[in-house]
Amino acid sequence: MPAKSLEAQVRHQPAVSIVDLHGEINAFAEERLNAAYAEAESNSPELILLNFSDVDYINSTGIALIVSLLARARKSKRRLLACGLSDHYVEIFQITRLVDFMNVFPDEKSALAS
Amino acid sequence: MATLLERFRQRRIGQGKRESQMIRMPGGELSRQVASPAIDIAPNDPIVAYFLSAPGAVEIDKLHLESPALRALRAAGVKLVVPLVSQGELVGLLNLGPHLSEQDYSTDDRVLLNNLAIQAAPAVRVAQLVREQQAQVRARERIEQELRVARLIQQTLLPKDLPAIPGWRLSARYLPAREVGGDFYDFLYFEDGRLGIVIGDVTDKGVPAALVMATTRSVLRSAAQRLISPSLVLERVNDSIYDDIPPKMFVTCLYALLDPATGRLQYANAGHDLPYRRHKGGVSELRATGMPLGLMPGMSYEEKETLLEPGENILFYSDGIVEAHNPERDMFSFPRLMELVGKHADAGTLIDFLLAELATFTGPDWEQEDDVTMVTLHRSEGYGVSEISTRSSMRLEEKAGNGDNNNGDWRTLAEWTLPSEPGNDRLAMERVAEAVQPLNLPKKRLEELKTAVAEATMNAMEHGNHYQPDVLVSVQVLASQKALAVRIRDQGSGQPIPSPEEPDLEAKLAELQTPRGWGLFLIKNLVDDMRITSDETHHTVELIINLVEGDSHAS
Repeated sequence: MPAKSLEAQVRHQPAVSIVDLHGEINAFAEERLNAAYAEAESNSPELILLNFSDVDYINSTGIALIVSLLARARKSKRRLLACGLSDHYVEIFQITRLVDFMNVFPDEKSALAS
Repeated sequence: MATLLERFRQRRIGQGKRESQMIRMPGGELSRQVASPAIDIAPNDPIVAYFLSAPGAVEIDKLHLESPALRALRAAGVKLVVPLVSQGELVGLLNLGPHLSEQDYSTDDRVLLNNLAIQAAPAVRVAQLVREQQAQVRARERIEQELRVARLIQQTLLPKDLPAIPGWRLSARYLPAREVGGDFYDFLYFEDGRLGIVIGDVTDKGVPAALVMATTRSVLRSAAQRLISPSLVLERVNDSIYDDIPPKMFVTCLYALLDPATGRLQYANAGHDLPYRRHKGGVSELRATGMPLGLMPGMSYEEKETLLEPGENILFYSDGIVEAHNPERDMFSFPRLMELVGKHADAGTLIDFLLAELATFTGPDWEQEDDVTMVTLHRSEGYGVSEISTRSSMRLEEKAGNGDNNNGDWRTLAEWTLPSEPGNDRLAMERVAEAVQPLNLPKKRLEELKTAVAEATMNAMEHGNHYQPDVLVSVQVLASQKALAVRIRDQGSGQPIPSPEEPDLEAKLAELQTPRGWGLFLIKNLVDDMRITSDETHHTVELIINLVEGDSHAS
């Protein structure tokens, strides 16, 4: 199976940057994910929302990538939110306790309303 | 103005397409619309070139051309033609009969008609394109649907489980081409412990091949229940299917009957590729002659038998592998396959080895032309191998354990190996999901298992095998009444796998620790039990999922 790469698009809104992720978050995703995060940060938003609704696979390397994004966000006192995770990956975020440090919402609308 | 809008037919030109198109120009005054014969214009008719170069309306009576279309237009009473030209292509004609006032068309009439043609031509072209597009989409959908049906038939009928016979090891792999070929294999179980092994290939592809495959499979299954001798079985199948399959279609098929107790293998062959047997002296073919099934009635088949010694193995395969081409259009070929079978000692990983060799041969852009099917049969060498399998069964038994003697009843649902290449974690989890499909795990449990398998595979590829593609990870899926076990084994030595500890997320977020190190912790939390064993040459991670309700882990 050829490794599917990650695609990411950034939408800038007042005070919020939304990163739409598509594909798989694994070792191959590192560069693209970090670049997208840097782009999201570029207009100094208060919060950054990672939209996982089109992500079908996250492995432990992917979890590590998300942990480093969370570390970056905390350093610059920015809130990092997640939305669109499938039930299974919500469970993974619970097991890894990522949910204690980043709010997880069912969808973009509820995340932005928070 | 007495315009007469007639329908016409014109062969689309310049695209080499065979289908003709009928275009009806709706007239403003329907009551005056007069039907005229449809006019076909051949692409090489000189009138086409004339129309393409004509500036506007053309008076038919003034034209002097040797043109069948011109004659047809005249015969239909057409007086004036306004070509509809879009982007240099003639897309239609506006045909007008005589003016109702019996006067000639005036300059004003022509200006009006020319303007109309300029407006109408692109609209007609767009309509034609839309229609072509729709036809293409429909054709594509039909093909896709057919492919799905063929694949479904094929996959439904191929064995879901591999035979688990003490002292023997079987592996099988079926890789369908996009346009599914008619490959199949089958295992038949007999009460006296004997095992039938079938491999075959139907000429043709798609749904017809899949249907013939289905027929052959069921006829063979029923013949094998009544007759013992493989040659008689093939004879019966040939006579039964001869009347039922379309002319020019036939089936190559090899049927072998193994007595696991003695190693005796009887076989007959209806024109199928000769299996390779790897033994101490090298590699040889299992030869038996016979015509393919379905070609001619009343054929008889040669029957041979041999004794498989411990350590020997046999590769059954279809022509998909030997006839695969590389970018230089060389074939993989029988000699290459035979040589590779001789080179690879480990029967358990032979299929993966061959597939890896095939991938190297064909290159990354290979479009698989035909189904690739392989089945291997291996007689375990002596005590050692069975000892390992007994020991692991015991361990599993212990685990699922509640003193019930039937607990040791583990059957292998699937086993395979994969190269240690980034991304193959995903492959492992999909294949495990496929293998456990018959168990109907709840979605949540299945997702948990899949992630655990992916993580364990990634660890094995990374830490055990250091991502060396030719060092393989082996995966084994077993099930009993009470539990499911997935064993993932690398070829790493030395460092034992550490026991899983909860990662310190706070330290990671403060960047005091690497953000990594989640794999084992995740696995432990996703399955009911994880057992790690290490020896000098392997690490094995065994994932257990309890199938009995109430036994599952609390998550």
